[in-house]
Amino acid sequence: MIIQSLAFYLFSIVIVASALMVISARNPVHSVLFLILAFFNSAGLFVLLGAEFLAMILVVVYVGAVAVLFLFVVMMLDINFAALREGFQQYLPLGAMVGLVLLIELGIIFGSWAIAPEVADLSSAPIPSDVTNTEALGRLIYTDYIYFFQAAGMVLLVAMIGAIVLTHRSRPGVRKQRIGEQVARRPSDTIEVRKVPTGGGI
Amino acid sequence: MPNLIPALPEIFLAVAAMALLMAGVFLNPQTASRNVSYTSAGVLVVTIAIVGLVTDGTATTFGGAFITDTFAVFVKALILIATAVAVIMSREYLEQNGIFRFEFPVLMVLAALGMMMMVSANDMIALYLGLELQSLSLYVIASFQRESTRSAEAGLKYFVLGALSSGLLLYGISLVYGFSGTTGFDKLAGLFIGGDAPVGVIVGLVFILAGFAFKVSAVPFHMWTPDVYEGAPTPVTAFFAVAPKIAALALMTRTMVGAFGDLGAEWSQVIIFVSIASMILGAFAAINQKNIKRLMAYSSIGHMGYALIGLAVAGAADDAVTRSDGLQGLLVYLAIYMFMNIGTFACILLMRRNNRMVEGIDDLAGLSKTNPAMAFVLAAFMFSMAGIPPLAGFFGKLYIFLAAVEAELFALAIIGVLSSVVAAFYYIRIVKVMYFDDPEEAFDKPISREMKAVLIVTGAVVLLFIVYPLPILSGASLATAALMPG
Repeated sequence: MIIQSLAFYLFSIVIVASALMVISARNPVHSVLFLILAFFNSAGLFVLLGAEFLAMILVVVYVGAVAVLFLFVVMMLDINFAALREGFQQYLPLGAMVGLVLLIELGIIFGSWAIAPEVADLSSAPIPSDVTNTEALGRLIYTDYIYFFQAAGMVLLVAMIGAIVLTHRSRPGVRKQRIGEQVARRPSDTIEVRKVPTGGGI
Repeated sequence: MPNLIPALPEIFLAVAAMALLMAGVFLNPQTASRNVSYTSAGVLVVTIAIVGLVTDGTATTFGGAFITDTFAVFVKALILIATAVAVIMSREYLEQNGIFRFEFPVLMVLAALGMMMMVSANDMIALYLGLELQSLSLYVIASFQRESTRSAEAGLKYFVLGALSSGLLLYGISLVYGFSGTTGFDKLAGLFIGGDAPVGVIVGLVFILAGFAFKVSAVPFHMWTPDVYEGAPTPVTAFFAVAPKIAALALMTRTMVGAFGDLGAEWSQVIIFVSIASMILGAFAAINQKNIKRLMAYSSIGHMGYALIGLAVAGAADDAVTRSDGLQGLLVYLAIYMFMNIGTFACILLMRRNNRMVEGIDDLAGLSKTNPAMAFVLAAFMFSMAGIPPLAGFFGKLYIFLAAVEAELFALAIIGVLSSVVAAFYYIRIVKVMYFDDPEEAFDKPISREMKAVLIVTGAVVLLFIVYPLPILSGASLATAALMPG
């Protein structure tokens, strides 16, 4: 138990600290790297909760794909982040005020929150105790939630079509190797026999 | 294994869309777009037949997440007709602008699939996925003319604001889920019997309504509409003005009446406010418009206000008969709205000089001399939109206002009538410009066969509704019976 709480506080402190660094680091590449650190530690929190599938997905999808994509974008788009952050000092008091108000509101809500004792039994898909949660999710996704799974697949298909339609253009004049055309070429297509008169040239 | 029969039309449409995508890639590039376009329209028409054939009473499947009933059949038929006509109407425009690619009809088919999933959604997750499938397809086709800055801007604006509204909707759904522990409509309806709900559910409900109001472009979430309508390619605007609006209103109706039926007193207040604000803005903001697409955008905002009266009645009325009258009025209004708008946009698509689109209202000057037939049809649509008897639009408004009076929502009925008087000004001004102003240069001729067919059919519906209103009326009353048993 003590190890678990120690791990929880370790992960949480690292998350909060790296989240602060994400928005305060001067170098945008450092921001992205701190974001990756935050993702890793959130995955640790998921493991502590017993949701190892979500933890792995977080690492694979967010660290493996999304954060790397961010890194590429940050490196390729030459954005002047210093200029973007110019008003930071000026707006800091106002932002801090808003944050404080939100924090107090959250505190009030959670202070008066009462969780019904029977809430765990009411959930539509209770967590089974005899299998790992990866297996439990797999059982649900392909059976009870097959409709949502397929519908999400269609949404992704549309996103893919959209990205291609809006960005792909066939550029003329690009020299590409077309093997079919090369093989189909006959000598008569390219070679022409001319009779050259003596001293005349072509 | 879930029962797949109720979802057969959706499965067919999804498979057909993927097949069309493959066909578009492998067919001869010169003719692929045209073939895919015609096949898409055919697929949509076949889907109407499948929808009619497989539906037998009310059936749910996929653990209650998907529902088919007569309400779904009626609305799906409207959506599929509107999409098929939009596909057919778009071909000529896209060819002339050199943006005719086979992905366009495929995206329209996928949008129609999303709308059908919305109409059949019986669970919050299904609702959201259907809505996103539809919206994502629409964002892409809004910016389909990607060389044009205005089209790209329209798509981007629609995308950013649409993402915002999806966020609002999701936030509302999560609140409702958090306070009730379920996302299924049937279970939600069982929880709130007697109109008793925790305050968290009410707050969630307001957020859900805000998300929906954005999708139907009702005030105060209408700001994107004029810019998107003006910037998007005209056939896309024609599509936007009809099918997604019908789908979103049907989704709104199913969610509010199906899942939160007993909380009618709570949500009908929001609907009444949104409805009044939309009617007034639709009437006054359109007066100054010079561009006919912007004018139609404000006109559609106003029409959504009138249609929402029906939903307000379904929530606020005391007895079941009045409530179902409100719903029936809403469905009749939507059906008539669809025909009027398709027809009007077909006329707008024909406003072309020397192969260039013109969009000013002044460009219609003297149309009665240069093209009397088109002027006559457009005048009929305008009178119908203004709600002047004996045209179809009058009856749409009549049923809605009757239901509002029965439910004793007099403020809605009075403001509705007054704002439609104001709106009549700008509709009839178009008729005045066409018939009494000095003729401008004629529009391009000849008019293609499919456009002629669209104009004749929609014109006939609008003119002859008074003689033979039975199909729309009985369809709407059957559809209402599914949502409001007893």
